[in-house]
Amino acid sequence: MEADPAGVLTGAHYFDGDFACGEGAMAAGCRFVAGYPITPSTEVVERISRRFPLIGGTFIQMEDELASMAAVAGASWTGTKSMTVTSGPGFSLMMENIGLATMMELPCVVVNVQRGGPSTGLPTMVGQADIMQARWGSHGDYETIALSPQSPQEAFDLVIDAFNLAEIYRTPVMFMMDECVGHMSEKVVIPKPEEIEIVPRKLTTKSPEEFLPYVPDENLVPEFARAGDGYKFHTTGLTHDERGYPVMSAECQELNVRRLVDKIRRNAEKIVRFEEEATDGADVVLITYGITARVARMAIDIARKKGVKVGVIRLIVVWPFPEKHIRELAKKIKAFVVPEINYGQIALEVERCSAGNAATRLVSHMGGGVHNPQDIVDAILEAAK
Amino acid sequence: MSKVIDRPEVAKEQHPVAPLLRMDRIPHIWCPGCGIGTVVKCFATALQETEVDLNKLAIVSGIGCSGRAAGYMKLDGFHTTHGRAIPFATGLKLARPELKVVVFSGDGDLAGIGGNHLIHSARRNQDLMVILVNNFNYAMTGGQNAPTTPTPAKTSTMPYGNFEHPFNVPHLVASCGASYVARWTSLHVRRMTKSFKEALNRKGFRFIEVVTPCATLYARLNKLGLGLDLMRFYHQESEIRNGADTRDVAIGYQSKIICGKFVDEDRPSYLETMHEYYRKVLGDKYVPTPPEGGMLREQN
Repeated sequence: MEADPAGVLTGAHYFDGDFACGEGAMAAGCRFVAGYPITPSTEVVERISRRFPLIGGTFIQMEDELASMAAVAGASWTGTKSMTVTSGPGFSLMMENIGLATMMELPCVVVNVQRGGPSTGLPTMVGQADIMQARWGSHGDYETIALSPQSPQEAFDLVIDAFNLAEIYRTPVMFMMDECVGHMSEKVVIPKPEEIEIVPRKLTTKSPEEFLPYVPDENLVPEFARAGDGYKFHTTGLTHDERGYPVMSAECQELNVRRLVDKIRRNAEKIVRFEEEATDGADVVLITYGITARVARMAIDIARKKGVKVGVIRLIVVWPFPEKHIRELAKKIKAFVVPEINYGQIALEVERCSAGNAATRLVSHMGGGVHNPQDIVDAILEAAK
Repeated sequence: MSKVIDRPEVAKEQHPVAPLLRMDRIPHIWCPGCGIGTVVKCFATALQETEVDLNKLAIVSGIGCSGRAAGYMKLDGFHTTHGRAIPFATGLKLARPELKVVVFSGDGDLAGIGGNHLIHSARRNQDLMVILVNNFNYAMTGGQNAPTTPTPAKTSTMPYGNFEHPFNVPHLVASCGASYVARWTSLHVRRMTKSFKEALNRKGFRFIEVVTPCATLYARLNKLGLGLDLMRFYHQESEIRNGADTRDVAIGYQSKIICGKFVDEDRPSYLETMHEYYRKVLGDKYVPTPPEGGMLREQN
């Protein structure tokens, strides 16, 4: 369906990534946001709190991030598109209720404008070290969906995709920005509402008598009933059966958790999304995401001038990981080079998928700034030998 | 040999609140002598005797013995994470304001791990009704010390007796701004039910504490007898003082339990305050979230 015009500021703007993310969320139909102030993400909720009273949305600044994520889970049960926004320390606090939203199968978006960590780390400076936490930060087995924008324009565009994916797979989606993308200002073009594709909440057509809240469809996704529509359903964070009733048994755990994981794994090829350039005949392929993808551009140009055949894959959806594609590519190239602002997170995944067929060279940066492109050039030249 | 009675079947046909319960989940997990079932019965009776649209009423629980209540009631029922029932309920309420949202949970859940949410929700006079079942200990996990355990009662983690000062929860929420505050014991079934009925039709943050026996743990660890002995104790030692200053209602170890309706004030609730304020500063530009929620719908 088309976007609700009330939330869409059609036109060309000069926005930072945080504002663009906020505008994208409103264009996507988000009408409930709960959050807690934290640098460098706060501008997202500042934007939203100014605009929401004018477009029928409700923003509440909760007492902490535990409460923010819990409120988002509650709000999602009303069918309202809901979001919370944070950075590293707050992301850690949200993990418990990200698990609840995963277990209850609640569409929602969690924005993490990444800064340097661990702990309080570098509040105002960039990091990309929460990528693994986005995947498995909450306890127990689950699979997640995570996206990573490289520009304010993408912060706008991709957060809409994040909301849509959340609806399609009934799961929280992690929107992994970083401080650089969040705080850089660039031109952001917001399309007309009719040009924005929105996935609405798919409500059950069954009657309350026939409805069971956790009967999966062919995609392994159950039908949704909103709170307040007379379905009188039960839902819990405990392991549950199709009625939503807790069942404490290995058999029920097997069905419940396997389906939660499989609904993402089996649909991974549909969710995976990346940009690919010049990988045919390449000797070295860069795997990049977020702000690092842009820093790597300069390194690629320099390396090509030196005669190295360099390809690049930019991850747009980080989780699920394009496992099949990397596996195939590894058989054709010498090495992958993975620059990231952490000490090796996506690099581990690349190494695993390469399965020994290609070398993996990490170019790490501990955060607080972006890579010096020369460090990436050196790694490419070394890898091409 | 004792005769086996098929109790669920008897209850299904005869129990007056059976239509409000998920009878396919009965028998419940609560111990003999526990008071939580009584609170559920009183709440269900209050719903029956109040003209509340049950399709528009949600019950939210956290974790613990009392946290199981949401799973036994035939309502939209949410069994959430430990301590987070209030913020979860806040999201439900704000995103679909026409709902009545009731939080039903225990003292450890609401005043311990969820204490921060309790005080902030009371401060906002958030539009929630909160039933706090106080059995003075963490019972689900085996009788550990709670923020409500009187001194020097014994708990499994204070085996020599509790030396920590407990919360006087009605005073805590009243001083934060709750518009309705009451306390009963599970002996006071009629008064408790009346409080529930009143609170269902009020706005803002409505808080009702119900003191209940935990016969299996708290009573056993302190050699207080069975559930019935505690009910006898409530009968002898509780005192009804409506309108009491909440500073005077702290609960000591086996001391008098002051019950009653302590606060009942017509104070603007969170949603009322928000709407009024935005209308004042934004005028016609203010677009509130519709009562039925901010869900996107296909245009016909």
